[in-house]
Amino acid sequence: MKLNGGQALIKSLEMEGVEVMFGLPGGAILPVYDPIIDSPIRHILVRHEQGAGHMAEGYAHATGRPGVAMVTSGPGATNIVTPLADALMDSIPIVVITGQVPSMAIGTDAFQECDTIGITRSVTKHNELITSAQDIPRVIREAFHIATTGRPGPVLVDIPKDIVDPRHPNSAMEWYWPDSVDLPGYKPTTKGHPKMIREAARLIGESRRPVIYAGGGILKARAAEILRELAELTGIHVVTTLMARGAFPDSHPLCLGMPGMHGNYTAVTAMQKADLLIALGSRFDDRVTGKLSGFAPDAKIIHVDIDPAELGKVRRPDVPIVGDCRLVIEELVRAVRDLGGTDAQPDRTEWNATIRRWQTDHPLHYEQGWDEGDKLKPQFCIESLCANSPDDTIVVSGVGQHQMWSSQLWKFDHPYTWVNSGGLGTMGFAVPAAVGAKVGMPGKTVWAIDGDGCFQMTAQELVTASAERIPVKVAILNNAYLGMVRQWQELFYEERYSEVYLSPDLPDYKMWAEAMGCVAFRVEHPDDVVTTIEKANSIDDRPVVIDFRCDSDEKVYPMVAAGTSNDDIILGPEQGQGGH
Amino acid sequence: MSSAANAQPRHHILTVLVENKAGVLARVSGLFARRGFNIYSLAVAPTDDERFSRITIVVDVESTPLEQITKQLFKLINVVKISELDPADAVEREMMLVTVKAEGAGRGQVIELVQVFEGRIIDVGLEAITVVLAGPPSKLDDFEDLMRGYGIVQIQRSGRVALPKLERQQPATSRLRRTG
Repeated sequence: MKLNGGQALIKSLEMEGVEVMFGLPGGAILPVYDPIIDSPIRHILVRHEQGAGHMAEGYAHATGRPGVAMVTSGPGATNIVTPLADALMDSIPIVVITGQVPSMAIGTDAFQECDTIGITRSVTKHNELITSAQDIPRVIREAFHIATTGRPGPVLVDIPKDIVDPRHPNSAMEWYWPDSVDLPGYKPTTKGHPKMIREAARLIGESRRPVIYAGGGILKARAAEILRELAELTGIHVVTTLMARGAFPDSHPLCLGMPGMHGNYTAVTAMQKADLLIALGSRFDDRVTGKLSGFAPDAKIIHVDIDPAELGKVRRPDVPIVGDCRLVIEELVRAVRDLGGTDAQPDRTEWNATIRRWQTDHPLHYEQGWDEGDKLKPQFCIESLCANSPDDTIVVSGVGQHQMWSSQLWKFDHPYTWVNSGGLGTMGFAVPAAVGAKVGMPGKTVWAIDGDGCFQMTAQELVTASAERIPVKVAILNNAYLGMVRQWQELFYEERYSEVYLSPDLPDYKMWAEAMGCVAFRVEHPDDVVTTIEKANSIDDRPVVIDFRCDSDEKVYPMVAAGTSNDDIILGPEQGQGGH
Repeated sequence: MSSAANAQPRHHILTVLVENKAGVLARVSGLFARRGFNIYSLAVAPTDDERFSRITIVVDVESTPLEQITKQLFKLINVVKISELDPADAVEREMMLVTVKAEGAGRGQVIELVQVFEGRIIDVGLEAITVVLAGPPSKLDDFEDLMRGYGIVQIQRSGRVALPKLERQQPATSRLRRTG
């Protein structure tokens, strides 16, 4: 079958099972947009290419399937660099297709030319410039394979215009679909080493103060269920990192919640005092460890990760296991059972009692009082959203205070219900990622909890949501500041507030949202919080935005100041330092 | 370049088998730059199999453990195999082209030294000669030091290439990563 390159590209995406793609056409990618008209693939036209990338990420987060974005050359490609970097940091499988100037124009500084492959080399798991139309099916097949296997990540495919343009002879190709991929340098290890797994089971069986340190790898490996089995079998408590919220139910008695810089006291301190950390798909990020030399000083480390480079990168493990988290934990459960299972676990009564005491003595806390004229407590808004939205609501956040409060206070009882930008910390992630998540999971309620600073970065994608009838909901915790920066300036720069004030009224978020086709509300009084949320939740035919007027003095606590040890966790202004 | 560089344990030789594709060298060098790893020298050449090239990298492991360097390298999709060559178990060679001032009485001395080092004179000018010299990097270092006294006009070194020594019992390379 003779096809042109553009047809072959779209057909390749169909062969990969792509149902939806996010993108924005332009000169170089134009020929590929023509066959989209005849394709069953749904194309969602974004308003800015960054939106396309984050939508693809949100889609992948929520569904586990690779997100696909397509943009043009030059500025189209540079605009999607941020989502690529974001997806690389958080191991999100996305495939980005960029147009490129015609082969013969490459290197001539042609109109809308940039070195996309060079620019994106360090922010992709892999990228490739296709040089012949005949290679298109093979490269697309490889791109999806690389993006979704091993440690997932973003793959970019750059396609010169001549090989997809039916008017150009270079676009002629004979259609085929490769049976398999041939990548001699890419063979991820998925099965853990049996000896190491037995050694891990033995260490667990000796540990008096163990903690499971569950990371985003649990979700990538679809390992939430087996994680729960391991925790229940051994009776070991679980902390879920920012990327792993929902991987273990918050309502479970063994769940300790989020550790790290803004983790709760018990999660942070349990890790500090542990004699064994079972790190599953987590990477000892600096936001989790605090000052490395002071991190979990007495703990032996079992580290399971599909990326061998993570083992020993930050903290040397006693038992390193390269493999897929689900497969390794399955084997680990078997190995623990072989050693006697639950009955063979040592007596941890004292440790469990200590953990319960920490939980009782140092719960998450904020001032709940309200006087006339006060602004809303952002924490109260989040708790109200959680209490009045469906149990399996997908929560998407931007980056900053609202993100930390959401992660702390939302009760996540299901995997794949928390979508955020963890590693890169991309402000503006929430709105487009929520759109992508909703497209992937149309039956679920999707709430973006956003800051006012973040919202202004990518709000235009609500136009996309309105136009495409994607009814996402956005809660702006509008405190008129770049709140997290303000918090640091207050605590560490003697309250010298430099370039952080944004104004609560400029823009007028309600009018702006309405102008973008959304239903919009403004809430200033605590009594209106729940009723407005209920109203928002009842709307299912268009996007909704709520502008919550929040208290700019509120800070995220607990906090481990940058560069200090987790032992020096600050609980709050009135409670001072904890730890002892 | 410091003399007797290969005697310092901070330098390790990696031979990296890569797919022979456009941009692979940029991926490797870009990775080193991005992760703050130091390259001491680097040489690339095709192998007997046209699908693959071999990159010989001498890395400076003072700041980064070798293990992390090889693990990150191996994450590159086009990297097929990485072997570390222990300098004690490897034969290493490097080539040097050097133009040295050679006038008057010095001319004879330079030519004599070239002969001692088993180099060859490949170009002769009125006031200078160009010499090619191949050998272990330390030998090149020594020659370079000696020539400095006469005045080096230009010098070009190739970066080293290496292969495991052919020993009878032990496997010659310590494979850090294997592929199926």
